[in-house]
Amino acid sequence: MTPGYRRRKLINAACFGLTACCAAVGMGALLFILGYIAWQGAGAVRWSFLVNLPKPVGEPGGGIANAIVGSAKVVGLATLLGGPIGVLGGVYLAEFGQNRTGALVRYAADLLNGVPSIVIGVFAYTLIVVPAKRFSALSGSVALALIMIPVVLRNTEEFVRLVPHTVREAALALGIPQWKVILRVVLPTAAPGVLTGVLLAMSRIAGETAPLIFTAFGNRFWDNGLLHPIATLPHTIFTCAISPYKEWHQQAWAAALVLMFFVLGVNVSARLFLRPASGGER
Amino acid sequence: MLTEKPPQHAAAPGTVVPERATLEVRGLAAGYGGPLVLRSVSLQILERQVTAIIGPSGCGKSTLIRCLNRMHEVLPGATLEGEILLDGRDVMGLDPVLLRRQVGMVFQRPNPFPSMSIFDNVAAGLVLNGVRDRALVAEKVEGSLRAAALWDEVKDKLKAPGVGLSGGQQQRLCIARALAVEPRALLLDEPCSALDPIATGRIEELLLEIKKTLTLCIVTHNMQQAARVSERTAFMLMGELVEVGPTDTIFTKPSDKKTEDYITGRFG
Repeated sequence: MTPGYRRRKLINAACFGLTACCAAVGMGALLFILGYIAWQGAGAVRWSFLVNLPKPVGEPGGGIANAIVGSAKVVGLATLLGGPIGVLGGVYLAEFGQNRTGALVRYAADLLNGVPSIVIGVFAYTLIVVPAKRFSALSGSVALALIMIPVVLRNTEEFVRLVPHTVREAALALGIPQWKVILRVVLPTAAPGVLTGVLLAMSRIAGETAPLIFTAFGNRFWDNGLLHPIATLPHTIFTCAISPYKEWHQQAWAAALVLMFFVLGVNVSARLFLRPASGGER
Repeated sequence: MLTEKPPQHAAAPGTVVPERATLEVRGLAAGYGGPLVLRSVSLQILERQVTAIIGPSGCGKSTLIRCLNRMHEVLPGATLEGEILLDGRDVMGLDPVLLRRQVGMVFQRPNPFPSMSIFDNVAAGLVLNGVRDRALVAEKVEGSLRAAALWDEVKDKLKAPGVGLSGGQQQRLCIARALAVEPRALLLDEPCSALDPIATGRIEELLLEIKKTLTLCIVTHNMQQAARVSERTAFMLMGELVEVGPTDTIFTKPSDKKTEDYITGRFG
């Protein structure tokens, strides 16, 4: 046991401790947020909260049914708009993007990914809300789709690129035209990863609030189609949380808990999606 | 589409079939942008025979057969000069997609489509080329799997994923997949190099069976394999075709010293 040896052991232990602490802080933050939201919100989450409309201030009870349905609608429509664009754009990058155009698209996607979501909201406001002279579910969906596209695009590119070249060759050698090779052989091979990416992007946009402030706007009642203001979970949390009423604060926590469970559910199902692919390939 | 092909020259029993070339290469030069990988190669691949191409690694064997169904041009930077004829017609004038339905290919490593079942793998060439008659597809899948000597092993699990089979079975699946579109010729690029001797033996048996109806060209590292399965053998060295002739002659009294040195194991 020389002093040098002991010193080295000590530094080793210190470094290990430091990294472990940092890992614990990362993990702890998540657990703390989950726990705190559950603690604050669980009391208010009951069946009536999930199936009723909000009540006016002062009346007890009331729920967030319109926000749950609204979020599903806005996120669903955003996925229908942004999902295919992201997936096909990603296929383009992976299959034909080894050139300047590809590099440009990639760079643009990364920039779009970095644009603050409130700016995307203002953009959708100018593009759709102002000409249409009304807030609408559609404008909210467009804003969310713009956030979704670069995420799905880059993820799809990664997974399509992972498909071995031999698979493409095998299909081409059968006399299958290239577009069918890509859509019917390559894309299905990459499908678990691509779909996981779409699901994760959905859970990401489900929590976006800022782009919805000027677009979906929020609504205390049932919405009417896609061309009217609509309530969403994150926006409901936002309005309840900044209100001066205690029972609304309670509802904000409860709505946050519901949103969190939704996101958690999507994440878990995304992992289940990915599993058969990693198990099936050898 | 799949039925558009030259008539199969079925001969009445007893008649002598004149040897005709399904594929013919004349003065072929090919490369990948840098130095040429193939130089002035001329070769006939005769109908309903097995032509083996042997030679050391890097001699251009694979490049040669990849030129035959224009899979060469799929690779970046590929260049090609010279003539390649399928039944006397220049393949450069054909749509590569249609050409590849006539001249199929089996690769070095088994490459079943990972997203597809055993059945769908074999059906892929038909279904993705627009054959909608499901009964017909099922019939051709069974026929192809039988021809590839795989039917008995997989008939009870056609819906299982193709990548779940063993290496040898996967390669026979790939052969069945190539047979399903009923090509005129099948090119095999070292089809057994990733397989054990037993799996190799089964593939060789099935090659001897399917050559009764179609033209085969096999690239192989393994000289015993060439001797076992082929009627004619071509020896390649450093991008050039050194010698081609009946397999017996090539292996017993080759006319070129280089062939003899390679065959007797003096190099390569």
